[in-house]
Amino acid sequence: MKISPSKIISLLFFIFSGFYLYTAHQIQVFTFDENAAFNAKTFPIYLGYAGIIFSALYVLLPETRPSNVDLTVLDYKRTITLVILMILYGLTILRVGYFLSTSIFLVLSYIVLGERKWIWIFLLSFPFVAIFMYLLHGLLNIYLRDPFLQYIGVMG
Amino acid sequence: MIEGILIGLETAFSLKNLMMVMIGCFAGTIIGMLPGLGPMTAIALMIPITYGFEPSTGLILMAGVYYGAVFGGSTSSILINAPGIPGTVATSFDGYPMAQQGKAGKALAIAAYSSFAGGTIAAIFLLIAAPSLSKVSLAFRSPDYFGLMILGLTAVSAFSAKGHFLKAMMMVVLGLMLASVGQDTLSDIPRFTFQNMNLSDGISFVLVVMATFAMSEALTIIFKANDPTRVAKQISLSQLGSIKLDKTETKKMVTTIPRSSVLGFIIGVLPGAGSTIASFLAYGMERNFVNDEEKQKFGKGSVNGLAAPETANNAACSGSFVPLLTLGIPGSGTTAVMLGALLGFGIQPGPRLYQTNPEIFWSVIMSMYIGMVILLILNLPLIPYIARVLATPRTFLIPLILFFSVTGIYLMSFNNFDIYLMIGIAVVATILRLYNFPMPPLILAFVLGGLMEENLRRSLLISDGSWSFLWDRPLTLIIMFTILLIVGWQIYKSFISQKR
Repeated sequence: MKISPSKIISLLFFIFSGFYLYTAHQIQVFTFDENAAFNAKTFPIYLGYAGIIFSALYVLLPETRPSNVDLTVLDYKRTITLVILMILYGLTILRVGYFLSTSIFLVLSYIVLGERKWIWIFLLSFPFVAIFMYLLHGLLNIYLRDPFLQYIGVMG
Repeated sequence: MIEGILIGLETAFSLKNLMMVMIGCFAGTIIGMLPGLGPMTAIALMIPITYGFEPSTGLILMAGVYYGAVFGGSTSSILINAPGIPGTVATSFDGYPMAQQGKAGKALAIAAYSSFAGGTIAAIFLLIAAPSLSKVSLAFRSPDYFGLMILGLTAVSAFSAKGHFLKAMMMVVLGLMLASVGQDTLSDIPRFTFQNMNLSDGISFVLVVMATFAMSEALTIIFKANDPTRVAKQISLSQLGSIKLDKTETKKMVTTIPRSSVLGFIIGVLPGAGSTIASFLAYGMERNFVNDEEKQKFGKGSVNGLAAPETANNAACSGSFVPLLTLGIPGSGTTAVMLGALLGFGIQPGPRLYQTNPEIFWSVIMSMYIGMVILLILNLPLIPYIARVLATPRTFLIPLILFFSVTGIYLMSFNNFDIYLMIGIAVVATILRLYNFPMPPLILAFVLGGLMEENLRRSLLISDGSWSFLWDRPLTLIIMFTILLIVGWQIYKSFISQKR
């Protein structure tokens, strides 16, 4: 028997709703609130049941409009690389600083996506981020902590 | 009232304030056009600047940004199917197919005219009826609000996800689940935080919007190896002619605009409803008003289908200022940010605002209309140029969308956790999108989650735990009956399609 991906997702959502419902029951409410008509866990409990009902209905009922996706044409390599780059960007943004991490993220992303116009790659990374930072920092007074720029003496 | 209007005109027409409306509209259009950066981010970024101005000038600037961003959001919805804000999601249903058919200029012109007309009609409503209209929203009690929110979510699930009603309902529940993360508003009890301090304030709306729309849209484009800017690239100055509408199209808009304006304005006045519900309801309503032949065109580039949500979302923007200015209750997430700004100025909005600070009350109303005129003058002739901003090659556009998304979140929280959370939600959303699990119901549910729980809490406490509040009041009963009709219709439709 072949089960459709939409049903697999619904099944996962069923499990997730079950976990959510279990966690909702674990919410510690104040003793005087335990038997109240409404407390901090009432709404989440309803949501947990709703999730279980809708996902179970989808799994059990026949699909009226199945979503057919050709998995062979999907670009896994570029998508996963971009996600990894974003994670690395998130990892370095505080440690290295906004300017360098953002510029490097942009340069690598352009290259990963197949861009080879080097002038544009440069213009839309380092100078672009510098202007953007100036707008935020200089005009809008939004302070961006940047250890790299502080190290080279550009930022105070 | 006349005296107030004159004070408002004097304030709004001062050179400084006129400049502020223009700057606001222009900046808002550019920011709103960039997928993922909507009015909330734009206004939030403006707050530090506005504190240097007088309260009326600051509010006028923010109002301009708001309108500009709503229009800018429509542009990206139409051209690359990436709505900047939830309020322009319904615009993409017919705007994007029109753009794919090579009628991008026409679609943008319809959006501009509809926004202008909707905003103008609503501004007149606001001008005449602002003080008394607040009484309409006062007539709504907690059970009615709760019912109205379920109605909005059901309607969105039914209309935005053709044939995928159950999938849409799962997304609604997921959106509500995400909204329930963080401290309970009344008791401050942490829920689903797993002892992580970063989750104690809940998940930011901007984070969820950017993850489920901007970021997942960008990832989907790469995943499917699509090029959404193909249409935008084709737009050139030589295609200016396509901006003109023919008689049939104008005729269609003439019938659509008045009813969508009224609906949009009324929905906008209701706290919590806002432009998203207004645009979806207007889309659904319009679909029921048109003939069968036109109905077939919905979702494939219908003029009515594009004009209705565009009119309604702009009318709702004006409407949402009514509860903000007269009751101190924000009608949407964006007006909630503006409420914060008002409080920062030391102004407490409420029924006495137009007595104690008439220049603020009336000048904001006046500047809305000026903003509408500026948007039309600014946007319509600039459509080909504005569109060119979006014609950036995919290789540059995608990293820039990701950059704006990450920066937007980073500027709000300055921590890595939110970035990782956003990436996680975006990856899940990309997989869900692939199998037609719709995102708009998730966003709407997320926005309404807190309000829905609050109104359910009040309703249940008033009725001592009994669910009879759902049919005790005639208004609630009508709302619940409408919900049952929508659900029943969906069941009937799926039964019929199975039989075939």
